[in-house]
Amino acid sequence: MSGPPGGAAGGEAGYTADEIMTVTAARSLRDGMTCFVGIGLPSAAANLARATHAPNLVLIYESGTIGAKPAWLPLSIGDGILAETADAVVSVPEIFNYWLQPGRIDMGFLGAAQIDRFGNINTTIVGSDYAEPKVRLPGAGGAPEIAASCREVIVVVRQSLRAFVEHVDFITSVGFGDGPGSRQRLGLTGAGPRKIITDLGVLEPDPRSLELVLTGVYPDVPVLAVKQRTGWDLQVSASLSQIPPPDAAELAALRALTAAVPSAGGTAR
Amino acid sequence: MAEIVSLAEAIADAVHDGDTVAMEGFTHLIPHAAGHEVIRQRLRDLTLVRMTPDVIYDQMIGAGCARKLVFSWGGNPGVGSLHRFRDAVEHSWPGPLELEEHSHAGMANRYVAGASGLPFAVLRGYSGTGLAALTPNIAEIACPFTGETLTAVAALAPDVTVIHAQRADTAGNVQFWGITGVQKEAVLAARRSVVTVEEIVPSLGPRPDAVVLPAWAVGYVAVVPGGAHPSYALGYSTRDNDFYVSWDAISRDREAFGGWLAEHVYGTGGEPQR
Repeated sequence: MSGPPGGAAGGEAGYTADEIMTVTAARSLRDGMTCFVGIGLPSAAANLARATHAPNLVLIYESGTIGAKPAWLPLSIGDGILAETADAVVSVPEIFNYWLQPGRIDMGFLGAAQIDRFGNINTTIVGSDYAEPKVRLPGAGGAPEIAASCREVIVVVRQSLRAFVEHVDFITSVGFGDGPGSRQRLGLTGAGPRKIITDLGVLEPDPRSLELVLTGVYPDVPVLAVKQRTGWDLQVSASLSQIPPPDAAELAALRALTAAVPSAGGTAR
Repeated sequence: MAEIVSLAEAIADAVHDGDTVAMEGFTHLIPHAAGHEVIRQRLRDLTLVRMTPDVIYDQMIGAGCARKLVFSWGGNPGVGSLHRFRDAVEHSWPGPLELEEHSHAGMANRYVAGASGLPFAVLRGYSGTGLAALTPNIAEIACPFTGETLTAVAALAPDVTVIHAQRADTAGNVQFWGITGVQKEAVLAARRSVVTVEEIVPSLGPRPDAVVLPAWAVGYVAVVPGGAHPSYALGYSTRDNDFYVSWDAISRDREAFGGWLAEHVYGTGGEPQR
C-alpha cells in the first residue's frame, strides 16, 4: 500500500496516491451497508471505512464469512481472523446462492486488471488469443456474479493505459456491456458500477450514455494527466469536483491497518 | 466405510494416473501434505479440479502431475500470480496445460449438482461474460415455470476428492469447522475420497458449527498433523502468510522451484513440511 504517488500529488502532500485512492474508496461506503469485498485494495478500503465513519459496515468475503471484523488487513479472503470475528460463517455454495444471488448485498467492491469505457472488467487474460495469452491473469473468482447481483458496484483500480483500455481483451465481469439496455437484456439484477476509484481520481457512468466520465480529481492532479492514462477519449464531467485529501484521522487509521499486514503486496494481480 | 491408513497408502489406493482429482479447501484446510504425496508418487495426466488452484496446484502443475486444470481463480491470494501455473499456460512448461475455467458461483454449484446426484445445477451467472463460450459445461436454460433464461452448469463428479479436516474419530467419522468451503459437496460428489486430519480422537464431541462426514461416506482417513501448511486448520494452526509471500520468489524461477521440490517434497519421507 505504500508505492510512490502516481499523480502530481507528490511527496510533499503527506500521503501517497494509493492512500488517497483507498481513503476515497472508503468514503464511498455508508455505515450499515452490506459489502461483498474482494481482497487487496477493495479490502483495505472497506476495512478503513469500518475503522472510521462506518463502524456498522457488514463485510462479506467469498470465503463465506459474513460480518467479519478483522483488526488488521487480512492477506487472503480466508485468513483465520475473518472466520473468528464473523457474525456467521457459511459454506461457499451458500454465500453465492443464498446471500449474493438474490440481491441481498448492497455493494460489490472489486478490483480489475483491465476496465473499459463501459466498466466491463477483465481479470482473465491479456492478449487477443485466449489459447495463447500474453499474460495469464488469475481468472474470474467471485467477480462475475458480484458484478451482476450486488445492488451496485465500486471498482478500485490504479489508472494506467494498460488497465484503462478501449476494449477489454476478455469480458470476465460485466459493467454496462455495450451501453444502455445491456444489463437488462442480460438479466443482470444489480445496477452495475457506480464509481471507478483510481489513484488519480474518480470516474462515474454518464447517466445517459453509461460511458465512464471523469467526475473528480485529487488535489494537484491535472485532468490531462488522467486523460493520458486512459485508453479512450475520456470525457470530463461539467461538474468536475476536487476530491478532498485524506485527513489526519483517515491516514492514521489506514496506516494502523496496513502496519500489521505481513507483506508489502496488496493487489489481486 | 472409512479406512484409517497412512497418507502414502491412501494416495496410492485412491489416486491413479489420468484421474480427475479435486483437492478442496477454500484458503483454509488445504490438503498440502496430500498434494506433496501425489507429487512424490509421480502421478501423471491428472485433471486437477479446484476453485482456487492456489500454491498447492502451482506445486503439482510445476511438478508435472497435471494434464488439465478446472478452476475459477488461479492466483496466490493477496500476493500475486501463480508462476508455475502461468509458465504452464504461457510456455507449456513442464508440459501443456488444458484449462476449463468458471466463476466461483459456477464451480460451487457444479459441486452441489455432483453431490446431489443431478446432471447439472442452475444459477444466475456468467451472463454477458466471455466464459460461457469457452466450455460446453456452461449453457443457457429456460426456467420451465417462468420462461426466464438462466444458466446451467454441468455437475462435477471427480474420481477422487482429497480434503484436510481438523479431526476424525477412531471409527473414521470426520469433523471440520471454520471456513468450510465446498469440501462437503466435493467429497459427496466424488467416487472416492481421502481425508487427512490433524488428529484422531476417541469420539467427536458435539460442535454446533462443524461439518461432520459420517465414516460410511468417507474412503480413507490419514493422520497428518500440520497437513494443511502453509494453509491452516482453525484451532490447530494459523495461516503461514510469510510462506505465501516467499512462494512468489521460489515459484518465479524454474530452477529455484526444482530445488524447493527436491528439498521439501522429494527429499522427505512424507512428513508434513514445517
